[in-house]
Amino acid sequence: MKVDLSDTRKIIQQYRKKKGILIPLLQEIQADYGYVPKESVDLISKELAIYPVEIYGILTFYAQFYLTPRGRHTIKVCQGTACHVMGGKEILDYLSNKLEISEGETTKDNMFSLERVACLGCCGMAPVVVVDNNFYGRCTIQKLDKLLEKYQEIK
Amino acid sequence: MEIKVLICMGTSGLSAGAEEVARTFESELKRKNLIKKCKIIRTGDRGLFRDTLVDIITPDGRVTYEYVKPEDVSKIVDEHLLQGRPVKRLQAGKDYKQFFAGQLRIVLSNCGEINPEDIDDYITHGGFNALKKVFSMVPDKVVDEIEKSGLRGRGGAGFPTGLKWKFCKNAKGDVKYVVCNADEGDPGAFMDRSVLEGDPQSVIEGMTIAGYAIGATEGFVYCRAEYPLAIKRLGMAISQAKEKGFLGKNILNNEFSFDITIKQGAGAFVCGEETALLASIEGRKGMPRPRPPFPAQEGLWGKPTLINNVETFANIRHIMMKGAEWFSSIGTEKSKGTKVFALAGKVKNTGLVEVPMGTTIRELIYGPGGGMMKKRIGLKGVQIGGPSGGCLPESLLDIPIDYESITQTGAIMGSGGMIVMDKKTCMVDMARFFLNFTVAESCGKCVPCRVGLKRMLEVIEKITEGKGKKEHINFLHEMGITIKNTALCGLGNTAPNPVLTTLKYFPNEYQAHIKNKSCPAHVCLELLKFEVIKENCVKCGQCYKACPVGAIDWKKKEYPKINKEKCIKCKSCINACDFMAIQ
Ligand SMILES: Cc1cc2nc3c(=O)[nH]c(=O)nc-3n(C[C@H](O)[C@H](O)[C@H](O)COP(=O)(O)O)c2cc1C
Ligand code: FES
Repeated sequence: MKVDLSDTRKIIQQYRKKKGILIPLLQEIQADYGYVPKESVDLISKELAIYPVEIYGILTFYAQFYLTPRGRHTIKVCQGTACHVMGGKEILDYLSNKLEISEGETTKDNMFSLERVACLGCCGMAPVVVVDNNFYGRCTIQKLDKLLEKYQEIK
Repeated sequence: MEIKVLICMGTSGLSAGAEEVARTFESELKRKNLIKKCKIIRTGDRGLFRDTLVDIITPDGRVTYEYVKPEDVSKIVDEHLLQGRPVKRLQAGKDYKQFFAGQLRIVLSNCGEINPEDIDDYITHGGFNALKKVFSMVPDKVVDEIEKSGLRGRGGAGFPTGLKWKFCKNAKGDVKYVVCNADEGDPGAFMDRSVLEGDPQSVIEGMTIAGYAIGATEGFVYCRAEYPLAIKRLGMAISQAKEKGFLGKNILNNEFSFDITIKQGAGAFVCGEETALLASIEGRKGMPRPRPPFPAQEGLWGKPTLINNVETFANIRHIMMKGAEWFSSIGTEKSKGTKVFALAGKVKNTGLVEVPMGTTIRELIYGPGGGMMKKRIGLKGVQIGGPSGGCLPESLLDIPIDYESITQTGAIMGSGGMIVMDKKTCMVDMARFFLNFTVAESCGKCVPCRVGLKRMLEVIEKITEGKGKKEHINFLHEMGITIKNTALCGLGNTAPNPVLTTLKYFPNEYQAHIKNKSCPAHVCLELLKFEVIKENCVKCGQCYKACPVGAIDWKKKEYPKINKEKCIKCKSCINACDFMAIQ
């Protein structure tokens, strides 16, 4: 797959000659592409004279960055303390088994990416699952099965 | 007089569908020709989780509705606004009143009351009066006032705020910075986020006052990227403050200039640690470094930098307006003012609770918390302070909430996460949960934290899998103490706390896992047999209803039978059982 680098170029332009830019720059690249493509890293390295190792150091240190494209739907399972106490781990384990991927991965058909998050701030409806920014509270495995079916339809 | 309709719309309100309720109000009010007389105010969350909370303020007074659904709106408009008869059925009940009765809301006073996206609303609620007042004082006097108030940092460690300001003020350097720590890494806490969502201006005002006091002209808020709504509202608040002359060049026509920039975190717990946070703002990996030098001497880009937590800054304007004496009259001898807690877990009312220091944990659970969610499954303990804190048993719940008392137990005050646990919570599993978190979040710079925590986790995992040995207890203890004493930063220094406190207060649970190979709370998967305990079972059939794969046979008045071949061990049945009758 070829990556269109024109957006990367534009974003780099905005950040030239500013201090402390690498993280916001990469965040913007990710917001644009949905992940940080290798090709963009190469270009940033060349244009801003930063070693790739430094850029990858940051990309792999912070949990927020992805080096591969995301699936059609992103499922985030809250693993905050309250959700854990209310059975959040079972929810994550179940999804991971059912979708046959670990957290951080994407299904082969590119439908679902599975992620964990720490406290979403609505512990009152723990355990919480977020699909594409829609919140689902008091989750049970039965509810999850229905959710997956529903999102499977939305292509 | 105009009628006000307040709708709680922070992250938790929005997740419960508050936006739809607000839109329905808009269209309904238009349809009934009331829109000119009414003002819809979208506020941040008030702190109690009640799906959508709506308050109606008319000349007759204020009525609060809870669990409001879009389909309820027309009834409220018809009966309450048109006919003057509030809808009884939807009015907030006893629990709502109890939740707020035991609280003293200073930091949260505006949350759920004002529209955070409209700076004028903040101003009409007394906003920026403190800043105006401060300009008539010399900076030294401001620092003095904060010092006298006895305010201590709300980010966890409880360092005296006035003293920190003084160090920073006295540090040599022409350029200084003010940084607000909004990283909120504790995975069970959300008070900083709620303040930023519900009352962002108060943080701006606090930071600006700090800038004036220590002589800084630039401020940064380091906010985690997982908080998009907080970032959005803070951003709006900053630009509106600039337009109105509360930020920027020559604030309110004084010589003093101050500006604030938002920096987004990128998902690393350790970045809440102050030196790591500074590295991250500078665009590097968020790795901590040894202190001294402290940030107050050498911080951002080597310049003296004042770092305080969101809640700390949100207290400032109240202290400047009402005075140090007022503030120090609240709380205990060494801990002044209030503390906001994110109360969650197996308690009836979950949400943000602000109480005076010195309140006991029990008062908090049985007052605002409303007691246990399920009375039948009694209280076991409380987790406080997140991954750096500890688990306290029921017998310790009468200690007062202040920095010293909590530290004495082996936990820490932390930023304010408080999770209530009942008999269905396994303490060994809790220890494993937090260790899992700290192992994943350790930055890897120092050996005790990188290697030591991992070894501890491996041992705890063995115990939860039924492979524990007697000598493991000693190992955990020694390793925990060693890491505490030798790790480079606060993450490692406190990460063993969840293990050490559970070892200390719940030794029997470890023994049960190691000796009897059983998990008394029926949590640890490898130790579960998925069998019905007939003495406990009341034949209610909840397990049968919860099973997603039809592996349970049950008929009325009969014991359920679990078909082990079909069972996928998802624990739905165990979670659904109120009688702990499946092991
Ligand atoms: C691992 C670790 C994580 C921390 N996380 C936070 C945090 O999320 N928010 C915060 O305000 N302080 C956090 N702190 C404390 C900060 O280092 C610092 O003490 C605090 O921001 C100072 O502000 P205060 O004096 O107002 O509390 C953390 C410390 C450690 C060691
Ligand atoms: S722990 Fe999941 S929402 Fe708070």
